Amino acid sequence: MDGLNIPLNHILLVSSLLFSIGMLGLMIRRNIIFILMSLEVMLNAAALAFVAAGAHWGQPDGQVVFMLILTVAAAEVAVGLGLVLQVQKRFKTLDMDRANRMQG
Amino acid sequence: MSETIWIIPLIPLLSSVTLMLFGSRFKVSQIGALGVGSVGMAALLTLLLAAEFMQNQQVIQLSLWTWMEVAGFAPGISFYFDGLTLVMMSVITGVGFLIHLFSTEFMEKDPSYARYFAYLNMFVAAMLVLVMADNLLLLYLGWEGVGVCSYLLVGFWYQHNANGHAARKAFMVTRIGDTAMALGLLLLFTELGTLDIQTMVGEANQTWQVGDTVPLAACLLLVCGAVGKSAQLPLHTWLPDAMAGPTPVSALIHAATMVTAGVYLIARTHGLFLLAPTAMTVVAVIGITTSLMAAFTALMQTDIKRILAYSTISQIGYMFLALGVGAWSAGIFHLMTHAFFKALLFLGSGAIIHCLHHEHNIFKMGGLRTRMPVTFWSFMIGSAALAALPMTSGFFSKDQILLQAYQLSDIGPGLWMAGLLGALLTAIYSFRLVFVVFFGKANTEPDKDTGWRMAVPLSVLCFLAMVGGWFMIPVTEVFPVGDGSHPAHWVEYVSISVPIFGVLIAYLIFYSGRLKIDGLANSGLGKSLGQFWLSGWGIDWLYDRLFVRPYYGLANLLKGEPVDAIYGLIVALNQTFNHWLSVAQSGRMRWYLASMVAGLILVITLAANLSEGVL
Repeated sequence: MDGLNIPLNHILLVSSLLFSIGMLGLMIRRNIIFILMSLEVMLNAAALAFVAAGAHWGQPDGQVVFMLILTVAAAEVAVGLGLVLQVQKRFKTLDMDRANRMQG
Repeated sequence: MSETIWIIPLIPLLSSVTLMLFGSRFKVSQIGALGVGSVGMAALLTLLLAAEFMQNQQVIQLSLWTWMEVAGFAPGISFYFDGLTLVMMSVITGVGFLIHLFSTEFMEKDPSYARYFAYLNMFVAAMLVLVMADNLLLLYLGWEGVGVCSYLLVGFWYQHNANGHAARKAFMVTRIGDTAMALGLLLLFTELGTLDIQTMVGEANQTWQVGDTVPLAACLLLVCGAVGKSAQLPLHTWLPDAMAGPTPVSALIHAATMVTAGVYLIARTHGLFLLAPTAMTVVAVIGITTSLMAAFTALMQTDIKRILAYSTISQIGYMFLALGVGAWSAGIFHLMTHAFFKALLFLGSGAIIHCLHHEHNIFKMGGLRTRMPVTFWSFMIGSAALAALPMTSGFFSKDQILLQAYQLSDIGPGLWMAGLLGALLTAIYSFRLVFVVFFGKANTEPDKDTGWRMAVPLSVLCFLAMVGGWFMIPVTEVFPVGDGSHPAHWVEYVSISVPIFGVLIAYLIFYSGRLKIDGLANSGLGKSLGQFWLSGWGIDWLYDRLFVRPYYGLANLLKGEPVDAIYGLIVALNQTFNHWLSVAQSGRMRWYLASMVAGLILVITLAANLSEGVL
């Protein structure tokens, strides 16, 4: 296991890069499916940070939280895709801005 | 009779109310009969009352009911009748009746015939209340009542904007004086606890010494009211404009009766004025100044009614002079004779205006002597009385005033000289009017002569203006009697000769043309002086600059509601913020997210910076 000694900083850097990419996608994408995907990316970025931290300090907590995040993500996708189907049915589009009904 | 004097003001009042409510259903002849008949009835009753008073000299005090009762203040609807009241009532109902009769012909063609008589009757009723009132509050009711009627009648032909303006001016300028008078009443009530005139004067004599400050203040406030109503300096500007009303109205209200209410007020409360010699001096000085100012102005006017209006102001100035020097009965005497001859002159001018297609400019008249003989003789007699030529009524009253003014110590001879100058000017301007209008070349042809309803009042007033000076007015009981001394004979001779001299000057200038004044009038100084006099000494101009324009300026400034603008600013700020917030809530997910991220970055940066500082 000695050969695979990646410094924590590097992993955190990748994690925050992934998080930023997800957030950027969330901000600039209008299609709901892409938004959901960006959310997944962000969740996984966070999970990666936990795993790395757990490995660094030799604690199992990181793995536990990762399992929790995985479950949450699965549930989120299930509900989210259901909503996507409803949006498609009602507005005949997946564009978030065109589905907007607020007058403000 | 003594228990029923309340009927006298009631009759015109009832007639007025009837005309107001049902006037439109009556025929013209019925309206005339009701309007004239009611005042005629009042005049007849006054005559009966006068006959009774002459026999028993009985002062009547009649209390009908209590008007109101508030914390010890209980003015009654109560009347007081003595010699002074009798003189005033006779003038109001007698001259009033003649003018009503004259009006039936003058206003015959007017569509608002009923409205006219309703107002005129209402005026007579209010004026009677004014002079018969036992307490100052009831007097004030009549005082305001005649003010309202004057307003309504000046603006009678309200279709013309200028008439409405004149009416409002008359109402507002007198209102200034009335406000001061109301303050005077309040002061008197606070100090003496009553407004009953007789009780009040008695109380005042016990409470105050001659020359105290409080009676002086009260008297000056009353004088302010009198000055407003009687068109004296500095509140006289409304009277010339009030000539916008029908001419009989000018005769009744703005010459014979209402404008003399101020004189009556001062005469009625003379017991107070005796306690304030300074106030009396003020009255005398106001009177003589007004008299001269108005006489100079009358010299230059060309509108026949304005000449008469300024002469009214001038004559009331004489009455004020009389009151100021303590010649109470002479003042009231002049009030009466003035009512006769000024009503005569105004009705005469009304006849001219009526027959001359509503022409007012005297230089467009001329040569009316042979065409309108009744009017000519009316004017001759009226002008002679106005100029105080010997043996006319004006002569006796004005002579008394001047002689008593002369006897006053200190300023007496000065007042006398000024009064003489005024008399000279009066003679000149009144005979200028006669010579220009009735002699010389005819410029406008009258289309008719006066009918009997005009001729009869003119003839009766001619008679009164001639012999009015021989009447003995029964006021010896009312006023303190003078010591009866007479000044030297030469003073009397001068007083008599001055008006004759004035008529001579007018004759030389305006009839024979032997005295040339064109050169003088056209020179630079003469021209500007003439212009100055024509404009009434520029007082209207002065008031316009001093009061009217600043007021309009202020009104314009406040029209934009500058105070509200502050609150408006708060509203506008709130609305802007609200707009921003409602724009932020757009429902766009990405926009929310972007702002959230921006906020997050901001917070993190701040936190990082702070923790660095801590570390």
